[in-house]
Amino acid sequence: MAHRLSLREAAENIRQRKLSSVELVQALHTRIRKIEPKLEAFLHDDFDLAVKQAAQRDAQPADGPLHGVPVAIKDNISSAGRPCTCASMMLKDYVAPYDATVIRKLETAGAVVFGRLNMDEFAMGSSTENSAFQKTKNPWDLARIPGGSSGGAAAAVAADECFGALGSDTGGSIRQPAAFCGCVGLKPTYGRVSRFGLVAFASSLDQIGPVTKTAYDSALLLNAISGVDPMDSSSLPQPVPDYTKYLGRDIKGLKLGLPKEYFIEGLDPRVKQVIDQAIRHFGSLGAKLVEISLPQTPHAVATYYVIATAEASSNLARYDGVRYGLRTEKPGDVLDMYFRTRAEGFGPEVKRRIILGTYVLSSGYYDAYYLRAQKVRTLIRRDFEKAFTQCDAILTPTSPTVAFKFGEKTDDPLQMYLADIYTIAVNLAGICGISVPCGFVEKPARLPVGLQILGPAFGEPIILQVAHAYEQSTPWHLEKPNL
Amino acid sequence: MDYESVIGLEVHVQLKTKSKMFCACQNKYGSPPNTQVCPVCLGLPGTLPVMNEQAVKMTVLTGMMLGCEISPYSKFDRKNYFYPDMPKNYQISQYDMPLCKSGHIDLVKECYPKDAQNQVSAAKRIGITRIHLEEDVAKSFHLETTSSIDFNRAGTPLMEIVSEPDINTPEEAFAYLSTLRQILLYGKVSDADMEKGQMRCDCNISVRPVGQKEFGTKLEIKNMNTISGVRRALAYEIQRQTGCLKKGENLTQETRRWDEAAGQTFGMRSKEMAHDYRYFPEPDLMPVDTAVFMNEVKSWLPELPAAKKQRFMSDYRLTDYNAGVLVADLELANFFEVGAAPGKNPNAVANWVVNDLLRDLSESKLAIAQSPIKPLDIAELVEFCESGKISSRQAKDVFVEMFKTGKMPHRIIEEKGLSQVSDAAALETWCDEAIAANPQSVEAYKSGKTTALNHLKGQVMKLSKGKANPKTVDGILIKKLSA
Repeated sequence: MAHRLSLREAAENIRQRKLSSVELVQALHTRIRKIEPKLEAFLHDDFDLAVKQAAQRDAQPADGPLHGVPVAIKDNISSAGRPCTCASMMLKDYVAPYDATVIRKLETAGAVVFGRLNMDEFAMGSSTENSAFQKTKNPWDLARIPGGSSGGAAAAVAADECFGALGSDTGGSIRQPAAFCGCVGLKPTYGRVSRFGLVAFASSLDQIGPVTKTAYDSALLLNAISGVDPMDSSSLPQPVPDYTKYLGRDIKGLKLGLPKEYFIEGLDPRVKQVIDQAIRHFGSLGAKLVEISLPQTPHAVATYYVIATAEASSNLARYDGVRYGLRTEKPGDVLDMYFRTRAEGFGPEVKRRIILGTYVLSSGYYDAYYLRAQKVRTLIRRDFEKAFTQCDAILTPTSPTVAFKFGEKTDDPLQMYLADIYTIAVNLAGICGISVPCGFVEKPARLPVGLQILGPAFGEPIILQVAHAYEQSTPWHLEKPNL
Repeated sequence: MDYESVIGLEVHVQLKTKSKMFCACQNKYGSPPNTQVCPVCLGLPGTLPVMNEQAVKMTVLTGMMLGCEISPYSKFDRKNYFYPDMPKNYQISQYDMPLCKSGHIDLVKECYPKDAQNQVSAAKRIGITRIHLEEDVAKSFHLETTSSIDFNRAGTPLMEIVSEPDINTPEEAFAYLSTLRQILLYGKVSDADMEKGQMRCDCNISVRPVGQKEFGTKLEIKNMNTISGVRRALAYEIQRQTGCLKKGENLTQETRRWDEAAGQTFGMRSKEMAHDYRYFPEPDLMPVDTAVFMNEVKSWLPELPAAKKQRFMSDYRLTDYNAGVLVADLELANFFEVGAAPGKNPNAVANWVVNDLLRDLSESKLAIAQSPIKPLDIAELVEFCESGKISSRQAKDVFVEMFKTGKMPHRIIEEKGLSQVSDAAALETWCDEAIAANPQSVEAYKSGKTTALNHLKGQVMKLSKGKANPKTVDGILIKKLSA
């Protein structure tokens, strides 16, 4: 039953020598073998590598905060000697030759890297249906998607296939699947965690963050991966506090903002009911609830899909069949190689975004789209700056709906994009946010709902404090799916 | 009808930094293929660029040397296009905020080709539009059935220096490039060797009837490997284009390739296929604040050729010609200054260097750094002449020996017993002997034929085996003959 432990408990068991690192890896492996046929959260089982590393950890003094604890990794974070497919045919056989900074940092903290997690191809999607390889199921209802793009990470954490995982969040890709699967997902402030080794989707929006069973575990992982990195010029030299220190502090008197633009049509009434209840609970904990306004909210999705696709069109240009990854069979000439390699290597959603992004950067359209979007982005950032003068943190739903069924939205990309409404502005503003389980919708299936807590730039202490206080006074995080 | 040409040059210069522009790989010419590479300069998934500050400083220094305005705030942009030698299929470059703007180069006579110098009347100023910094691409090799790419060059810091269309003749283009090269070498920012591709020049040229205000059709010429090659290519192209216009043909905007062996240009591609580069700000790099290091870079500013020439003329009283030749090559100028320092006759040192040393070096195909004669040796040689220890005739022989053996002048004089004899007793004996042996000359002199003295002097020199100090001999002979 070791697989049911939280990350914190796993680390404590190792420190107290109740369990070895090898035992933990084996326990997870057993669980994975049992659950994976149903769930399909993992793309690659690097058990042999992990067990070797675990044995090394067992031979060393347990001095790192995550000593011997296995952590699973989304398949777009480079780890030397392991595949890094980004769930794309383009990188099906690609093996990364170097470690991302977060991998180094995890290992410095003593963690054992174990398992490569499914995702939407190149992190583009909200359901993990865009994986070129397999469909990860929602552990609460196998007929439903786990959310995305870090769907593999959220499903695996919720199903006790790992103690915690690293995902990536460009427009909600950590928070939304965490909400759909009933776990905790944190998108750190832009620049808090090094992006070196994270396969770029949209460089100015991407951020690596933890997917965990509890807020405490989130703080533990954030402790390990945060900090400025000379290899990433967009990482910031802000000191890294011990985030666990803020947990357990009283939230009495804290001002929690409720953006009026977030509680309007489009929000599933069943979800709204659960969120309203959570908000009332904060009132009972002594927090002061204040209405705030984020007037640019209606423009966030459009702004996001201009900036993210523009950057993606450029970031994904490198997959051309020249140096690594897929190369089409018997290309005629170099152009033919480009066309066919990219036609065969990319799925439809990736192609759609490359084409969109190429379009908005094209001469004659740049000013109307990209430049305009950058200006709106500044306004969105100001919205939040102003809001945080009126409150300490902001409460919102993570997603307007609960997990939907496979295929339900695949034919309507716009519907799919609109579902990112609550998460997207956070990336545009570069601030931090965390999604915590806050209850369930009971019909037609028992499905988790996520509450999103937003903080200002480098406000991770406050959102973790609020998340932890909520978690400690509610039972939701303890519920497990019946698999 | 007479035609005139309008020429603008785009010069790419590889900077002489220790490491590449955005990674830690060595910036080294001539290594075995694909040995100076890493995940970053190969554009592997997940890698990020880190700006080489030294390269930025060197570009700013170049801007200062060329009289540019230095932008207080500058940024990098992505230039998107597909080419197999581009690892990311975008080049990190600078679009609308280059590091340097609005500079100039003054063309002086010595920088024109030798055969064209007498046609140069006044100095001409060529405007520099901008200097920006980017990364070089890899190098493709086309084999019989396949192509190969060497990525060693990929990511080398590259400056692009764009001139105004102020150049009107191939000779001015030659002078512009040789002056620019001189300045780059003075600033130690590049070795600027065109044959090694460290400096590359693309020419934009149009031809129009004299008096016409509008520019003619602009064509671009590429692939010149020497400064003389640029001159030849432009001369060819002016003749070709003028010929076309005279025949009433229309020129099309296109890029042409210079074939040095054939002495002709050939069409490569027409501008209709021009790329839309979809420039946008590079999200992986932070903007550059040049103010932080302006003072440091200012302190690196070298004395430039024009200033050095003025100083040589005023401080050392060199002729315009000697000063011009010396400053044309920084190493030569430094060589001269070391040699000129100890003596009282710097112009004599300059004469030796400009007339004798340069001739011998060029005959032996040696660079100044490989000179067998060191600057202080020339100073010593001049000193021996000045003090009358050896005659100027002897000095020439000593110089030949110095160049051949690398020995210092005093060693050669000692070994060959060359020093002049000024000892009165010895000289008087020789003079007496000469007078006794040549009564006719004595007679002739006494009868007023003063040239007869030369014959006698020659006899004394012969008796002394050339060691007699001719001036002292003169005095002794006159004294004896008029007694």
